[in-house]
Amino acid sequence: MRRGIPAAAVTLGLALALTACGANSDDTSGDASSAPASGGSEDSLVVWVDETRQAAVEVAAQAFEDENDVDVELVLKNFEDIRTDFLAQVPTGEGPDITVGAHDWLGELTSNGVVAPIELGDKTEDFIDVAVEAFTQDGQVYGLPYAIENVALIRNTALAAEAPATWDQAVAAGQAAGTQYQVLIQTTPEGDPYTYYPLQTSFGAEVFAQNQDGSYTSDLTMGGAPGQAFATWLQAQGASGVLSTDVTYDIAVEAFKNGEAPFIIGGPWMVDQFEALELSIDPVPSAGGQPALPFVGVQGFYVSAQSDNALLANDFLVNYIATDEAQLALYEAGNRPPALASAAEEASSDPITAGFLAVGEESLPMPSIPEMGSVWAFWGVTEANIISGAAEPVAAWDKMIADIQGAIGS
Amino acid sequence: MPSQPTLTGDATDPTGTTGGTSGPRGLSARDRDRPARGPVRPGTLVKIALMAVVNALGVFGVLAAWREGHMGILASMVALVVVADWVYFSKRTLPLKYILPGLAFLLVYQVYVVGYTGWVAFTNYGDGHNSTKEQAVEALLLQNERRVEGSPTYPLTVVDRGGALGFAIVEDGEAMVGTADDPLSEVPDATVDDDRVTEVPGATVLSRQDILRRQSEVTSLRVPVSDDPNDGWVRTQDARTGFLATPTLQWDPEADTMTDVTTGTVYEATSDGSFRSDDGQRLNVGWRVMVGLDNFRTAFGDERYAQPFVKILVWTFAFAILSVVSTFLLGLFLAITFNDTRVRGRKIYRTLLIFPYAIPGFLAALLWSGMLNRSYGFINQVLLGGAAVPWLTDPWLAKLSVLGVNLWLGFPYMFLICTGALQSLPGDVLEAAKVDGASAWRTWRSVTLPLLLVATSPLLISSFAFNFNNFTLIYMLTGGGPRFADASVPLGHTDILISMVYSVSGLDGTAAKNYGLASALSIVIFLIVATISAITFKRTKQFEEIS
Repeated sequence: MRRGIPAAAVTLGLALALTACGANSDDTSGDASSAPASGGSEDSLVVWVDETRQAAVEVAAQAFEDENDVDVELVLKNFEDIRTDFLAQVPTGEGPDITVGAHDWLGELTSNGVVAPIELGDKTEDFIDVAVEAFTQDGQVYGLPYAIENVALIRNTALAAEAPATWDQAVAAGQAAGTQYQVLIQTTPEGDPYTYYPLQTSFGAEVFAQNQDGSYTSDLTMGGAPGQAFATWLQAQGASGVLSTDVTYDIAVEAFKNGEAPFIIGGPWMVDQFEALELSIDPVPSAGGQPALPFVGVQGFYVSAQSDNALLANDFLVNYIATDEAQLALYEAGNRPPALASAAEEASSDPITAGFLAVGEESLPMPSIPEMGSVWAFWGVTEANIISGAAEPVAAWDKMIADIQGAIGS
Repeated sequence: MPSQPTLTGDATDPTGTTGGTSGPRGLSARDRDRPARGPVRPGTLVKIALMAVVNALGVFGVLAAWREGHMGILASMVALVVVADWVYFSKRTLPLKYILPGLAFLLVYQVYVVGYTGWVAFTNYGDGHNSTKEQAVEALLLQNERRVEGSPTYPLTVVDRGGALGFAIVEDGEAMVGTADDPLSEVPDATVDDDRVTEVPGATVLSRQDILRRQSEVTSLRVPVSDDPNDGWVRTQDARTGFLATPTLQWDPEADTMTDVTTGTVYEATSDGSFRSDDGQRLNVGWRVMVGLDNFRTAFGDERYAQPFVKILVWTFAFAILSVVSTFLLGLFLAITFNDTRVRGRKIYRTLLIFPYAIPGFLAALLWSGMLNRSYGFINQVLLGGAAVPWLTDPWLAKLSVLGVNLWLGFPYMFLICTGALQSLPGDVLEAAKVDGASAWRTWRSVTLPLLLVATSPLLISSFAFNFNNFTLIYMLTGGGPRFADASVPLGHTDILISMVYSVSGLDGTAAKNYGLASALSIVIFLIVATISAITFKRTKQFEEIS
């Protein structure tokens, strides 16, 4: 009679729970990605994508399916979940063959042995240098880049006719425009060292030392006199009211949209909201005399180290994603300039994309070494405390350097 | 509050199944009384059908576990199916028929999870020790095979020569063929079309479909270019182009060592799950091993954490206790007020008061963090007329804000349970107090409150345990901030133990992730909460006897 119902529920629950435990995950991808591991369909290529890239990857996948008579299975995931799920699932054999990802995951992915190198062969030269450099570790390339992103100075041309060369000029132009803010830059009480990085590099305080091939070592180089000079400058700007920890991303974007400032330091992800404005994209003005170079983030695709379809995966990436069509489709979907040089050139017919690209090509990739996590933990809060006046700049900066070194060493 | 629904659930219905079994109880009692004779009743058929479904699901689970190679899960699935069949088909297992579902849920959702956490606490699972040794070796070899610098890429064809896979490449217009055991050599009579080998005498050229069928063989094939292994080998990743590569690491399974062929450094496998050279250098990929009590030692051995730990421990207790007391008192006060029949529109008030309870906790915490923003928040801008009160950035005000928001989130729950308890108070006792001439205050203090506490104290204890680990509120409202100015670790004034664990073990991304350490610390917290709960429960029992 009805006594069977709870039993059925239990067993169903058990079956689900246990298979979920086995897959070490609890999301929809468990079922989808178990297909190749089960050996049932050797010819099916499983790709993890997020919502913004899905349609674009689908186009390339369709072409690949038609020409090779194989199935490409796209599994939709939240971008924030991909990194952890990939790390957890690849070792169990449940992971995908390919996943979309950001270059700064690289250090963690390689030290856990979950990604395989990709041999780009002669195609290396077809990409913008910084894009391949970002995915390179120890001389090996681990990802196929498709887009680069970085911040730049976004200028409302109605309020400022000319691009400022220095920070002081920018502030002066802002005062001349008579707007509420001079230069908008998202700060928040936790700080935003990513957006502030070009200002820091203009003092010559790069975060880590670099090897000859452009890869980063774990030697912290943002301490000493250049870092202290930057800290002192931060405090002065905070005291004069140009920088404020109250400005969050939303507040900054809203104010710029309403014409309350001639400049905002931000990336291509903001541009959609400024459709009503006439914009120009310029390099970030230098505050410390040296060029202001932002971090470049590169997005791309990784191949799993445990993929049973390594051949298909590499073929798909190198010959179907590294094409103008695919890269432009991804550009349309996400607004980030393509990493393939020829596609980037085509996308540069849009002056805004061209502006961001010009800044990015000159800049350095964000470090992907695992030590970077320890830097983020102290960096932003210290900057915010200096700006708000809560901390004495040189002492706070020196303590931050010591704390980061302590965390890296431990 | 997000989990207070679960609290109620925990208190009244620990397994979540009592509702489901109460129905069958009546039925089965009747079943038993009826003599089993005559034709098969439809109920038996339904039972058999349902058990068939259960068994089918069980078999499916067993097969799935078999396919994935999870023997532990397989064994427990088999055991559960056998037990379920025995319990529901035997006539002598009546009590088990009710207990089994709850027991099974307990095993899967509690015992397994706690056991797994306990096991992880004794391993070095985390960044750099993510998987098994085989996979670590595989990954190291994969990462340390280099393309020879400046070497060209070759148009490549995959061939099958007498059962052995081989590559045919074109170099300077000449066709070269080789297999794993047979280095590349010129084959003058091979057909080269459009710079690609299309036919090789004595070997078959594999079609794309054949290649895909054997793709793992193709990607793992290395064809040496000469008899000297140091010259490198040709390999391919897409079966269209080949390139010259040399390994920089060599794996010796016998000696359990990795050798760097460029420098000659030998890395030995160590008991802590990585390859280490004599001068202390480590290869970056390691594997998971049992490390005994190391995680517990690390947890309490780092001097940088010593001072913040004490502060955080004190604040965690203060936060949990004050949260319970404040929400209980406010909830009780409101419950008494709205329990008075003289208040008009009580139902409307009661409904309105439950609103904060209906909003998901993490959302409410986020909303409050916006409203408490120093310059743009609703509280400062509208209520305080533009004052710049640093609600979330001053150490003491941030603590006050956290408690205030938790009060707002938590009082409806206390209001609900107090209302329920008040309404179930025996009327005769109150009547007796009245007859004896006790004042209202005296009645409340000596009769109402003790009776109320008997009914609500288990819920207060579980509320304490919940707030002790109220990660969501802290994470969403302040993120632990403002930071300790004098500490060298990324912790702050409103961090509680569980949010400290999140940071210490790197789960927040500020350090290398260490699940082993996180599990070890979770167990410590579990022990603290369990001890306190056990002591308090004991106290409550004495209390009950007095009343």
